[in-house]
Amino acid sequence: MNFIVCVKQVPDTTEVEVDRESGTIIREGVPSILNPFDEFALNEAIRVKEKTGGRITVLSMGPPQAQEALRKCLAIGADEAILLTDQAFAGSDTWATSFTLARAVEKLGKYDLIFCGQQATDGDTAQVGPELARQLNIPQMTYVESIEEIDDGSVICKKETDGGYQRVKSGLPALLAFISTPAFEPKIPSIMEVMGAKSKTLSQWGIDDLGDEDGDYGLDGSPTQVIRVYSPPQRGEGVIIEEPPEVAVDKLIEYLESEGII
Amino acid sequence: MIKVDQEKCTTCGICVDICPVSAIEISEGVISIDRGSCTLCGVCVSVCPVNAISIKRKAKTEDTSGYKNVWVFTEVASGTLKPVVFELLGKGRELADKLDQKLCAVIIGSGADKFIDELGAYGAELIYMVDDPIYENYSTDAYTSAISQLITEFKPNIFLYGATHVGRDLAPSVASNLGLGLTADCTDLSIEEEDNLLLQTRPAFGGNVMADIICPNTRPQMATVRPNVMEPLAPDENREYEVIERKISIPSRSVRTKILETISGREEHEVGVEEGDCVISGGRGMGSADKFEVLDELAGLLSGVVGCSRPIVELGWIPKSRQVGQSGKTVSPRLYIACGISGAIQHQVGIRNSDIIIAINKDPKAPIFDIADFGVVGDLHQIIPRLIDRLKKR
Ligand SMILES: Cc1cc2nc3c(=O)[nH]c(=O)nc-3n(C[C@H](O)[C@H](O)[C@H](O)COP(=O)(O)OP(=O)(O)OC[C@H]3O[C@@H](n4cnc5c(N)ncnc54)[C@H](O)[C@@H]3O)c2cc1C
Repeated sequence: MNFIVCVKQVPDTTEVEVDRESGTIIREGVPSILNPFDEFALNEAIRVKEKTGGRITVLSMGPPQAQEALRKCLAIGADEAILLTDQAFAGSDTWATSFTLARAVEKLGKYDLIFCGQQATDGDTAQVGPELARQLNIPQMTYVESIEEIDDGSVICKKETDGGYQRVKSGLPALLAFISTPAFEPKIPSIMEVMGAKSKTLSQWGIDDLGDEDGDYGLDGSPTQVIRVYSPPQRGEGVIIEEPPEVAVDKLIEYLESEGII
Repeated sequence: MIKVDQEKCTTCGICVDICPVSAIEISEGVISIDRGSCTLCGVCVSVCPVNAISIKRKAKTEDTSGYKNVWVFTEVASGTLKPVVFELLGKGRELADKLDQKLCAVIIGSGADKFIDELGAYGAELIYMVDDPIYENYSTDAYTSAISQLITEFKPNIFLYGATHVGRDLAPSVASNLGLGLTADCTDLSIEEEDNLLLQTRPAFGGNVMADIICPNTRPQMATVRPNVMEPLAPDENREYEVIERKISIPSRSVRTKILETISGREEHEVGVEEGDCVISGGRGMGSADKFEVLDELAGLLSGVVGCSRPIVELGWIPKSRQVGQSGKTVSPRLYIACGISGAIQHQVGIRNSDIIIAINKDPKAPIFDIADFGVVGDLHQIIPRLIDRLKKR
């Protein structure tokens, strides 16, 4: 079976800080990581491939540095990686991103399943997966936690709903967007695997490889426009108390009263 | 551009029947589409069982001037309207008044008519209803088709969805189907003075920044909106409304996913954490599963619901549906109490929109204190039982 895993390199949001004066994000020195949701999706693809056999291609759109994330995917167990990188892709919103990914998927040809992370931790939109599915006109399942069964023609997933879970079946090809389960421990590739990844193919495709016109991609192809970025309203300086329990509870009660909660 | 792959096409005729503008015909054994009357709504694409029809779009609406009114998607879950629907109607009312346009609700379901009075009472002036057994359970395919068809026919200016699991599955599917911009998980919406565009505000980078987003060239302007942030109107049964019903029957084989089993992680009528006005969460600092009974008791006294951090789900102490944070639920209650939670960024993202955050943690350096309005440094096992005693005596 042919599996495609769409991944993104993101800044490690645990390290992101905002310049309090200018309100912009300080990106310098912020390490980049493989989006954790994508890492989970990739692991699920590897787990499935162990049973079904086949080939895993990871696909990413991003700047040339995103190669690093793809190398990691190859070390974890993907067979091949493709980076869609071109000045023309810069500034893509979710529509333009899914458009670009769709052209690459079409170029790749036959596939059975596309794996995505439910969301990327930088934007948290959760839109690229479903938008890609619709661009390709294949069924989608979102908030997927695991693949329970898969055969030549269909897949059964366990997916999260607002109030619980569902088991859902779909024909193939299909797109699955994965949430990460709490029990997931990211795999740390061994030195051998890291070395081995160097001999796997990592290709770069630009706009000339995908076709269509300039205006379909990147900022020009993006219907949404970010017009302002600023730091969130600061929460007022909180009161922090360190007192013996009795006193602390007195003060807590006073606070709840003053806020009109009790 | 719309294309039919004649090799794949079996001339089954489903697209002919479903096309809302009768632009598709079978003549001499081949499908033909009248490009003049076709509105590119994409319904034929989504119902074709063999994927023979494709549309290539640009994300641009040719003439944005005819698009009017503010639409709200009505999500139904276990036989009731989701609270976010009323919140969207509340915000939608404000936007519609500002634009001097109508506020409309879109309800798709099986037996959908039982909700229309309620939608009217919460401010919908016009209700678009699609009622058919195929919509009994939510499916991406059927709902995307129905909504795409309604949008193409009635041309709304703004379309809001709740940022729930269903809303975040459906809205991007519709956006992609029709080539529309979409802004995810908005925490504020307003109308720009100069050009009457919808200004959509949302957090990004784990809540470290806010972004204002517009969508100047596509209509409707679409957004998913975080639950529990917007204020509903007080219901008023005297509000008048009108219903427009459309029959959109999707053949069952065009719904490509099938629900085999639904496993509820929630008691009937239980309030979800994302809906609670007071949320009391416990983290690893709680120490053991039975200690959560204390939080239940506290929740009882403050009319709250109990949530948790991710490790608690991992330990199996509390179901995943109550996890708060990036890979769980985003909450925005009036009061959030974090007990024994360190306040990792992935947890903070989920609670930043709370009015008041109280933290109880024995580590004075815990990051949760950075965003707490009131922090108590101390042992929660000492503090919470005393707090409960005091509240009981009141
Ligand atoms: C992709 C990704 C997604 C994630 N999504 C989420 C998410 O949705 N939600 C989430 O919560 N986490 C999420 N996490 C995990 C997150 O990074 C943290 O690991 C987690 O939030 C920590 O949970 P905690 O605060 O309960 O535990 P800890 O970090 O272990 O903190 C326990 C706290 O309890 C305090 N404590 C201990 N004993 C006591 C006592 N007796 N009295 C008072 N205080 C005490 C300690 O001082 C400590 O601060 C995610 C991580 C990743 C990588």
